[in-house]
Amino acid sequence: MNRYPLWKNLLIGLVLLWGLIYTLPNFYGEVPAVQVSSGKATLKLDSSAVMKRVEESLGKAGLQHDGLFADLTSVRARFHDTDTQLKAKDAIEKAFNPDPADPSYVVALNLLSASPQWLTSIHALPMYLGLDLRGGVHFLLQVDMKGAVTKRLDATAGDLRSLLRDKNVRHAGISRDGQSVVVKFREVEAQSRARAVIMAANNDLQLTEGQDGADFKLTATLSPLAQKSIQESALKQNITTLHNRINELGVAEPVIQQQGLDRIVVQLPGVQDVAKAKDILGRTATLEIRMVDDTPGALEAAVGGALPAGTEIYNDRDGRPILVKKQVVLTGDRLTDAQPGFDGQNHEPAVHLTLDSAGARIFKDVTRENINKRMAILLIEKGKGEVVTAPVIRSEIGGGRVQISGKMTSEEATDTALLLRAGSLAAPMEIIEERTIGPSLGAENISKGFHSTLWGFVAIAIFMCAYYVLFGFVSVVALASNLLLLIALLSLLQATLTLPGIAAIALTLGMAIDANVLINERIREELRNGATPQAAIHAGYDRAFDTILDSNVTTLIAGIALLVFGSGPVRGFAVVHCLGILTSMFSAILVSRGLVNLIYGKKRKLDKLAIGQVWKPGL
Amino acid sequence: MEFFRIHKDIPFMKHALVFNVISLVTFVLAVFFLATKGLHFSVEFTGGTLMEVSYAEPPALEKIREAMAKEGYQDAQVQNFGSARDVLIRLPNREGMETGKVSDKVLASLRSLDGPKAELRRVEFVGPQVGKELASDGAMALLLVIGGIVLYLAMRFEWRFAVSAIIANLHDVIIILGFFALFQWEFSLPVLAATLAVLGYSVNESVVVFDRVRETFRRKRGLTTPQVLDHAITSTISRTIITHGSTQIMVLSMLLFGGETLYYFSLALTIGICFGIYSSVLVASPLVMWLGVSREQFMQVKKEKEEAVV
Repeated sequence: MNRYPLWKNLLIGLVLLWGLIYTLPNFYGEVPAVQVSSGKATLKLDSSAVMKRVEESLGKAGLQHDGLFADLTSVRARFHDTDTQLKAKDAIEKAFNPDPADPSYVVALNLLSASPQWLTSIHALPMYLGLDLRGGVHFLLQVDMKGAVTKRLDATAGDLRSLLRDKNVRHAGISRDGQSVVVKFREVEAQSRARAVIMAANNDLQLTEGQDGADFKLTATLSPLAQKSIQESALKQNITTLHNRINELGVAEPVIQQQGLDRIVVQLPGVQDVAKAKDILGRTATLEIRMVDDTPGALEAAVGGALPAGTEIYNDRDGRPILVKKQVVLTGDRLTDAQPGFDGQNHEPAVHLTLDSAGARIFKDVTRENINKRMAILLIEKGKGEVVTAPVIRSEIGGGRVQISGKMTSEEATDTALLLRAGSLAAPMEIIEERTIGPSLGAENISKGFHSTLWGFVAIAIFMCAYYVLFGFVSVVALASNLLLLIALLSLLQATLTLPGIAAIALTLGMAIDANVLINERIREELRNGATPQAAIHAGYDRAFDTILDSNVTTLIAGIALLVFGSGPVRGFAVVHCLGILTSMFSAILVSRGLVNLIYGKKRKLDKLAIGQVWKPGL
Repeated sequence: MEFFRIHKDIPFMKHALVFNVISLVTFVLAVFFLATKGLHFSVEFTGGTLMEVSYAEPPALEKIREAMAKEGYQDAQVQNFGSARDVLIRLPNREGMETGKVSDKVLASLRSLDGPKAELRRVEFVGPQVGKELASDGAMALLLVIGGIVLYLAMRFEWRFAVSAIIANLHDVIIILGFFALFQWEFSLPVLAATLAVLGYSVNESVVVFDRVRETFRRKRGLTTPQVLDHAITSTISRTIITHGSTQIMVLSMLLFGGETLYYFSLALTIGICFGIYSSVLVASPLVMWLGVSREQFMQVKKEKEEAVV
């Protein structure tokens, strides 16, 4: 009765073999590598061509690589030591990005698993280490959704203005008021006509009619559906923008993910220059093009405190005030590219902008109507605006190609272009959480976690073998297979392993031994009550099962609660804890039973079990 | 080897009142310390900036404090961390300041000091809005654990068991928190995780005993309820001690080798395990008894099942 059918033994064997294979990559360690990936959203990586170019550039520099690998988004070259790796990075960088101001590729240092090719090809990878183990920076960014909505409303006010003008509806002013746009009319007919026109043209708006003294007004607010879609697209655009900005940093495996409705997580493994990373990420610059109010006397009046209606005052780079209209002609959304360069005529540094088709059309109209007037390009960072430049419009500019020049060093031109090119953010963001872990601390954390698990395991193993003899040994084997399966599962799922995760491995092992203790104690008890050895094994496993199930379910409930509500370190703990409970059920019951069956199952005459001393009362 | 050689069932239930009074006193003490001293929350909960810097040789903390005060952080906490060469700096969040830039500024001013140069080991910055969420998420997680366990035990056993198990184990949680309040140990996210894990774990203990209680009620007739409980506890006590001992070995290993980060985590587990044994056996069982558990409750369940089969 204590024999498993062949299929069951085979199944256990296969599962353990699987565990062994997927655990293997963790033992090989890592080798230095250089990774090449696309630095532009528009540039698709042609891996075979890139591999060829990498090979060529390394050959030219006289460097030897230990293998080239390609996946969908990147090409990686392994190197023997970090010295070669650094030289190779320079060589590849030079070959791929001849113009450092405009990198098309991201060339980054990385570490690759040293495991053999056949393991990698069956997707057996080492565990994915969290930042606290490998070092790096973690940011949590909060997106200001209200800002995204007001920005859209500003644009809507402009749209309504041109719409009503096109349809010849006379109004007495359009302005944004908080989270709504208010259109005023002198006559009630104009109000009702405007209503019909707006409803026909724009279904994102909800209109309410009202009266303001002698004037009639329409208050337009965004429908909840439109607000939601604005927020979603703002988040998406911000993530794309962050991707572009981080590409400029040259990080091998950045993680940029949405968290919740209005947050973005950015993880940059291996990045040590936090200040630079923060500088690039934290720039919440948005670009706006507006007209300058050059009415004589207006600026002086504004500086004196009498701000003319519909205008705002900003300073330019030299600190001089400029009076700018509130109405936004264009925002950074319409910008597709920005490059540093030189003015064709006077060879001064300049920034060349490219606009999308809608932007180009608006720009053409505006420049045609405003020849010889000034246009201001504003860079708005964290609510504070600065006029980058306010050139005079000499002629109508069509085709969406715009050049900004004047009073710039070439470094400033590069900086401005980078900022503009990286895309403007759809909504401002703020860093609300930061975690930086130095590389030495990461390595220390790994060794601390490893040693606590190791010595705890050894101590438990010694105790179990001493106390339960052969059955103790079986329990230890079951515990070891639990560890094996857990690591295999973590490697397969590529779940992020953190220091609390390692603690969870240790704790799970400490708790998992409970199942085997329950079984062994139960067998002893059956023996004490006079059962034959074979019957005792059978009853022991059978009766203990219910208890093991109950206790694991309660532990799992706690684990799941942590998984649902935990964030950061708690989640890392919970994932491993939950997985560990599941693997422990398998190993403590099936693996240990299988082993006991193999040892004792075939013996018909069995007088004694090697389970240590079974003390009977009264003897 | 056999550690536990017990001739007769130990009359635990005779002393039930004593056990409960002991645990009540500990509980009241824990609540008292929580109320008077409060928990020493980590930066994750309070918001603020925490920096760990390492020096080649021990730096003068006084100088660092002065530098912090110069930066406008008179209330900065500067202390050694682990060794004399490692320094931990805590800075509170300040309204109106560019929160994201604090660590850069501090590092720059540390590097401008004379003497050994600082190497940045770790920075943790948490904005004010995150901390509040963490606290409420923690509370939600606790509620989910309690609800889930009560529901499961009520389904699997009986409501009396569920209620006594959760009371016994919740008071463990309070006692762990009480320790953290009394010694002003830092209460961080990993500690919260440990506390909840321990809650799930020590409920196990009650489950094992209750399993035995149910089995004894069904199998052995003619025993009074206290006798059944005594028998159940006595026959599982060996397993209880050995299991908890094994888990504690692992936790001890973390306490010794895990470094600063895992220190309070394993400390919480140690307290949880020790009190877990006590309360889930010696507090939960009397509670079940006082709530009026009896043989009939289990016999009926069995009959219903049989009818369902027919």
